[in-house]
This record gives sequence, C-alpha cells and structure tokens, in this order.
Amino acid sequence: MIKLTVNGAERSFDGEPDMPLLWYLRDEVGLTGSKFGCGAALCGVCTVHLGGAAVRSCVTPISAAEGQAVVTIEGLSPDGNHPVQVAWRELDVSQCGYCQCGQIMQAAALLKETPKPTDAQIDESMSGNICRCGTYPRIRAAIHQAAGTTKPASKGDRL
Amino acid sequence: MIHDAKTMVAAAATSPDSPSALSNVSRRAMLGGMGTLVLALSWREPARAEDKATEPKKFGADAMPHGWQDDPKVFIAIAPDGVVTVTCHRSEMGQGVRTSVAMVVADELEADWSKVKVAQAWGDETRFGNQDTDGSRSLRHFFPHLRHAGAAARLMLVQAAAKQWGVPASEVKAERHVVTHAKSKRSLGYGEIASAAAELPVPSRESVTLKDPKAFRYIGKTEGRAEAGQGQVHLIDNHDITTGKAIYGIDTRLDGMLYALIARPPVFGGKVASVDDAEAKKVPGVVKIFTLPAPTLPTEFQPLGGVAVIAKNTWAAMKARDALKITWDDGPNASYDSVAFRAELEKAARSPGKVVRNQGDVEGAFAKAKKRVEAEYFVPHLAQAPMEPPAATVQIKDGFCEAWANTQAPQATHDRLAKALGLEADKVKVNVTLLGGGFGRKSKPDYVVEAALCSREVGGAPVKMTWTREDDLHNGYFHTISVEHLEAGLDAKGMPVAWLHRSVAPTIGSIFAAGAKNELPFELGMGLTNMPFAIPNVRLENPEADAHVRIGWFRSVSNIPHAFAIQSFISELAHAAGRDPKDYLLDLIGPDRKIDPTSIGDVWNYGEDPARYPIETGRLRRAIEAAAKGIGWGRSLPKGRGLGIAGHYSFVTYTAVAAEVEVDAKGTVSVKRVDIAVDCGPQVNPERVRSQMEGAVVMGMGLALSAEITFQNGRAQQNNFDGYEITRIDAAPRELHVHLLPSNDYGKPLGGVGEPGVPPVAPAIANAVFAATGRRIRQLPIRDQLSA
Ligand code: FES
Ligand code: FES
Repeated sequence: MIKLTVNGAERSFDGEPDMPLLWYLRDEVGLTGSKFGCGAALCGVCTVHLGGAAVRSCVTPISAAEGQAVVTIEGLSPDGNHPVQVAWRELDVSQCGYCQCGQIMQAAALLKETPKPTDAQIDESMSGNICRCGTYPRIRAAIHQAAGTTKPASKGDRL
Repeated sequence: MIHDAKTMVAAAATSPDSPSALSNVSRRAMLGGMGTLVLALSWREPARAEDKATEPKKFGADAMPHGWQDDPKVFIAIAPDGVVTVTCHRSEMGQGVRTSVAMVVADELEADWSKVKVAQAWGDETRFGNQDTDGSRSLRHFFPHLRHAGAAARLMLVQAAAKQWGVPASEVKAERHVVTHAKSKRSLGYGEIASAAAELPVPSRESVTLKDPKAFRYIGKTEGRAEAGQGQVHLIDNHDITTGKAIYGIDTRLDGMLYALIARPPVFGGKVASVDDAEAKKVPGVVKIFTLPAPTLPTEFQPLGGVAVIAKNTWAAMKARDALKITWDDGPNASYDSVAFRAELEKAARSPGKVVRNQGDVEGAFAKAKKRVEAEYFVPHLAQAPMEPPAATVQIKDGFCEAWANTQAPQATHDRLAKALGLEADKVKVNVTLLGGGFGRKSKPDYVVEAALCSREVGGAPVKMTWTREDDLHNGYFHTISVEHLEAGLDAKGMPVAWLHRSVAPTIGSIFAAGAKNELPFELGMGLTNMPFAIPNVRLENPEADAHVRIGWFRSVSNIPHAFAIQSFISELAHAAGRDPKDYLLDLIGPDRKIDPTSIGDVWNYGEDPARYPIETGRLRRAIEAAAKGIGWGRSLPKGRGLGIAGHYSFVTYTAVAAEVEVDAKGTVSVKRVDIAVDCGPQVNPERVRSQMEGAVVMGMGLALSAEITFQNGRAQQNNFDGYEITRIDAAPRELHVHLLPSNDYGKPLGGVGEPGVPPVAPAIANAVFAATGRRIRQLPIRDQLSA
C-alpha cells in the first residue's frame, strides 16, 4: 500500500507499484490536467511537483511518491491565480493548450528556485517542455511577466 | 446545454439526406480523374453527380460537403440569465477558432463579451454545415454566415421587445446585451426577452442587416478589452487550459471505462502472421486481447489492424502490449528504405513527366539563354506529431454508438463509425473534444474506429483508445517525401526566360486509390502550378512516384516542398546573376497584377472562386517588403551571420519570412531573429493571426533544422522525441516579429491563417545559411550538413 498526498489530500494506492505517477493521477485519481505526450521524459507535458520539485510523472513510478506530496496543475493554486497562470492568460500564451499545464508547472518550479530568471535560464529550465504549437516566445514573455522582469514590449509590429 | 427549452434554441429539423455509402462515393471520385479537387480534401461528394452538369461551379463554403448554415437557432442560445452560448462547429486545435467564432457572433449580436460562452458542436453537418477543420478555412468560409446568424438573432430580440411593448421594431435598439425603446425609456436585458424571441420565426435573410464594420466591438480589435465593452478578446478557454480543466480527447472519462492500445503492423501493408499472448495475458488488469484484421485497399481511413489489448488502466495495457510476441507478415513494403527511395525520386525527376503547365517555348528559350542553372531539392517524410496523440473513447449501448474524439473531421468520423459498426447514421453520435494539436493528423478517423472496434469486443463498454508517441511516429499518415528538380535559363540581365520544374512526390491520393502515382491537382496547386512569377516560358512536370507509407496532410501540405525548392532556387538565381536576393525576388514577381489562377494551370485555387480570389502579386510583394524592412534587410552583420528571405502564396494568403541565422565554427545553425509578414485579407482576430504566425515559424524551423522521419525495412526509424527532433524553446528565436499587413475592409474576402505561415520559413533559413556561409542547403533538414 502506497501512501501519498495529491494536492493536499491523503491517498493510498494498492495497485502495481511500477505504475507511473502519470497514469495513477489520470486513470486512478481522475486528474487529467497532467498530460501524456511521450512517456519517456522527452516532452514535459506530464510535469508535476513531487516534494516541491518539477518531475516528469510519466517516468516516475508511483512507489517513488511514497510518503510525499504531489501537486498537479489542478492544485497549483486554490483559485487558479498563481502568478504564472495569470501571466499565461494575460498574454494568451496557449494555442491548443495541451502542453501548457506542463509548461506552467515547470515555470512555477523555475520561479521558485530563480525568481528573476534570464532568457538563458528560462531556456535551460524549459527546454524539456515541448510545445508543438510553437508558443515559446510567449512562454518566455509570460515567465518574465510573472517574475516582474518584463522588458518594454515592442508594440510597433503592425504596419 | 443548448437544448434547454427555455433558451433561444429550436430543434432544427435534421434533414434525412446526409450521404451514405460515402466510401464508394469517395473512391469513385478519386478514381474518376479528380475533376473536382474539393473531393480530395473533403472526400465526400457535395452534390449528386447528375446535378453537377447543370449546376454552376461552386466555390468556397458552397462547394464543401453540406455547405454552410447560418440559422441563429442552430448557433446561438440565450439563457434567462442572459448567458449567450455560441455553438462552434469547427474543431479547436490551437488556432483559436472557438474564440473567433464566438466573437464574430457576439459582435453582430451586440452581446456583452463577459456573458458569452462557447459550446462545441457534435458531428452533424446537415445541422451545422461543413465541419472539416482543415485547409485554413474556418473563418474564410464562415465569417459572413456567422455574422448573419448573430445579426439575425439581434433582430429577433428587437422584434420580440417591440412586440411586447407594442412599438415599431425600427424604434428598438439592441446594444450590449440590452434592448431599449428610447421614446418610452423602456429596456430589457437579453435574458429577459430571449424566450419570447425564440418563439419568433427566423427572419428572412434579406431583412437582416449586418453591422457597419466601424461599429465592431471585438472583430479586428487589438487595443482595449472586450470585457469593458470594446476591444481585444482573450482566449475563451484560457481559464480551463491554465488550470487543467480543459478536456481533450485523451481526457475522456466514463463510468466503467476500459483502456486500449494496439500493436499495429510496423510496415504499411503488413499484417499479423501469428501472435503469442500468453505472457501479455498474465499482466494484472488485462481484460481482453484480440487480433484486428488488416485493412483492404485502398486503406483510406481504415484502422491498420494488429493486436489490441484492452485493460483496466493505461499502464496495464502498455505492459501487456509490450509482452505480446507477434510475428508480422510485412507485405509489399517490407523493403521500403527512404534513402534508396530518394535516389528513385531523383531518377524520376531527371526525366520528363506528366506536363501540368506549359507556357511559351521552354526548349527554345533554354537554347537562347545566356546561362543555365540547375538544382534539386529534397524534403523528407515528416510526422505531424501533435502533442496530444490520437485518442478517442467509444461506447456502444443499446445499438447506439457514442464517441468522444479529438477529431478535425467530425462528420467523416461519424460516417466511418457507422460503416465500421454497420449502424444507421442516426445511431451514431460523435462528440468533439478539444484537440491537443491536429496539423492534419486528426483529419483521419482511423483511431476512433479502432476505439469502436475495441468497444464492440467488450460488449459495448466504453473504451479509450490511446496512441503512444511511438505509435504516432511509426503508424501515421506521413507528410510525403519529395524531390524537386529545377532548371532555369537566364538572359543577359540574369533574369529567367525559361523555367522547368519537375516535382516528384508520392501523393495523398494513394490512400484513396491504391497505386496512384501522380500528385493531385490540389497538391500541384500548392505552390507549383500557381507559381506566379513573371517568366515568359514555363514548363512544370510531375513524374510518377509510388507510395510505400500512408501519405497524409501535414500543416500546409505540398506547399512545404514546393516553397522550399522555388524560394531557394530563386535565391540561387539571384546569386548566379550577382544580385541581391530580395531585389531579385521582387523583380521576378514583376509589376502588381491580378492573375487568374486557372490561366496558369491551377484549376483548384484552394477551392475558391478565381474571380474573388485572384493571385495578387502586389500583395506578395508587400509581404516580402514588410519582412525585409522588419529585419533590417541589407544591414551589415558579423562573420558567420546571414539574412535570408522567402515569400509564398498559399491558402489564398500572402506570407513572407526574413530570417537571421548564425552558423558557428562547428556548423551548428541557430536562428537569431525572424520577421514574418502576412496579408491574409481582413483579420477577424488579429491576436490569433499573430499567434498562428509565431507557431508557424517555430514549426517551420523544426522541419528546416532537425525533423525527419526515415524508413528502413519499411519501418519508421524514429521512435519518440529523441529521434524526431522538433523545435524546443532553446532553439526558438529570441526575436520573433509578426507584421500584419493592414486590411480593415471587411467586404473583401478572407484568406487562410493556420497554414500559410509555414512554407516560407525553411527557404528563408536556408537562404540565410547561404548568406552566412556560402553553402547552399538543398536538402531538409539541415541537421549536421554544415559540420563537415
Ligand atoms: S509524457 Fe512525460 S515527458 Fe513526455
Ligand atoms: S499549445 Fe499546443 S502543444 Fe503547446
């Protein structure tokens, strides 16, 4: 029997201990905000916080979460207003949105460690998170906005 | 929610004439020489064959299967609390269509944006009009009709209030969710009058007046906030997406749901020879393992067959699938090798092929030319690889099949399910979820049919079919593989007087007609036949090519190889002529003029009326000038850096890209800055036009620099995102500027937005690499070509 907390709620699981945390969250708990994109720690759409750190839940066996706190996008903030989420909405970062829960979880972890990241630090921290829709310029901008390090935007692109 | 009787919704009569036996129709159409290109994209017949001879040729939404609808009672519901629910009948895959459809309707309706919600239509084209979300045409086809629906609903609210107050409707105004009679100082909220309005008949089309675009509140706005009454709207799904509440196809959950995976034949055309499932059956949670039959030819949208595993959770299904011991009969494509195949394509490209456009005297002009330049360009197979892989859930209960699918083609999905299960059309319902990207992959409903076949196998219980990334890269509908052979004869000034282009690529038509070897007119019309440059003698040919994998649409489709080749070649000609590539390109475009695409061999023109949508060379020129100006064309650069430019017409839109690259001592290319300019006609949602262009640049960079699918022994060699390398954030340019060419004349026709950004990206980068290094890129992706 594996015991853990998910978004603050105590839970136990007596299924296969090698089941990746991702499938536990999605299939067993019913939290589908953490997505499946590769199953091999190559894309980041499954990113959750385990013991406060961003991990790829698709390659993290549930047994590794024993006694730990798991936070998913659904539990990142009680009202959905984590500064990263707010910035994401203000800049309309999302296209299809599928990767964005993972992006937001990764960005939130980055800002906890590095409250004012440079572009290079953003690229380093976020390069494991693929966005096939190509929202990277806005992801960078939104992280800066959440960090309060936004450069004055060049507004004059419209001819 | 939109069936609430109190809301302004009527149960629209569903006409019984939706097409059946569709696969026969599409096969007949595909084999019939492709007189109508629309069929190739929509794979259904818009009208009965006998009607066609007498009916005038149709274009745009008129020519699509089931055309369009503009009934306000179909698209708009207003609840007593005033909440307006707009039904979006096009699939949302990141292009922002749910937001844009809602804002068009809300604007004409004079709805308060903060009270607008969106509901997703199920697959029913008789009710909603065409739902194939592809070809960059949702707003292009539906903007006027959605405006009409909104305006008609506004009129009905006005009429209902006028009736209630006993005043002439002409004295009642609808403004921001309130109807007012100024003289008597009476007013009612939309919610208060909605049920009375719903009782009224839908006004005749002639009686409905659209807004003066000057009065738009949301359409075209880039400043201000819609919630404050006028301004830019934010994404309608923003909150759900950023909090994990947005539901995609892979997120469906139903009571008693089971989870399925399939081990599909690794080679196209292969089948299961034998299977040993003894170990797989031991995996805890496995419910059923069974063999699916191989498809018949042509494969069209049929599942590929294989061995299906149904289990109590995804992980159990994965483990059991891994434990299967399958011997495959690889079939006729067992030796497909994409490297060897490239040589075959090159051989074909060096010999004459089917002439698809011939103007002037090419041979004579070559004979007189001062200089002859020749080059060949290669683009490999690509996989769409949407971040959300194909996924669908199906249950069959009391003879009724219900599906939840991330599909771009709800009606085709509906029809394929009915056929696969042998059910009547009215015994199938397809609910459309959000799509975690589509890019053409999710236009093919094979995976939804797989879910249905699995559900049938377990007594109709709900089954979720998930494709893993390996499945997606191994068993997809791949972008074609192509060789483009170009020759030009230059005059004394270095301008081409003769132009020969042979394009060789397996055709998408091969999935509809096995053995098809020539590109279809819609593929040729993606940048080949409609090449609009001012060259007197032109011959375009299409030698034959066989298909050894399933070929399918990939965002912007054949425009990718055609634009890469043509825009690279023009840069090569500029070099041969000793000219600046941008100036040369502009000279080649020539004076501003409107070209009837049919006059240059393109009978398709993206399905649009050539009179309404001629090729306007001035618009292409202005896009190129805007991109060049944006990037500071001509500025001096440090060693190892270069600027490149490319322009392209696609999806009746004009796009240009200027790129600045750096090539380091190891030959690694990094893209420092991109300026993309687009003229897509009037912009409904400029903010989403921008985001589509940004995304197109990033996707175009991936196929330019690193992405390819190769085959050996018939098997795709890339398994996941380690082998199939698409752009990550560290490679995305720090400077990416979108230039929207102004167009606020909403009487003009709209262009496409989702796809046209992609084609010019790769040639602009390749041309920049040449400027930086003097080395010419003639094959994609660039990968390590510059390291030697
Ligand atoms: S699904 Fe976990 S990293 Fe891709
Ligand atoms: S928004 Fe679609 S994958 Fe990132």
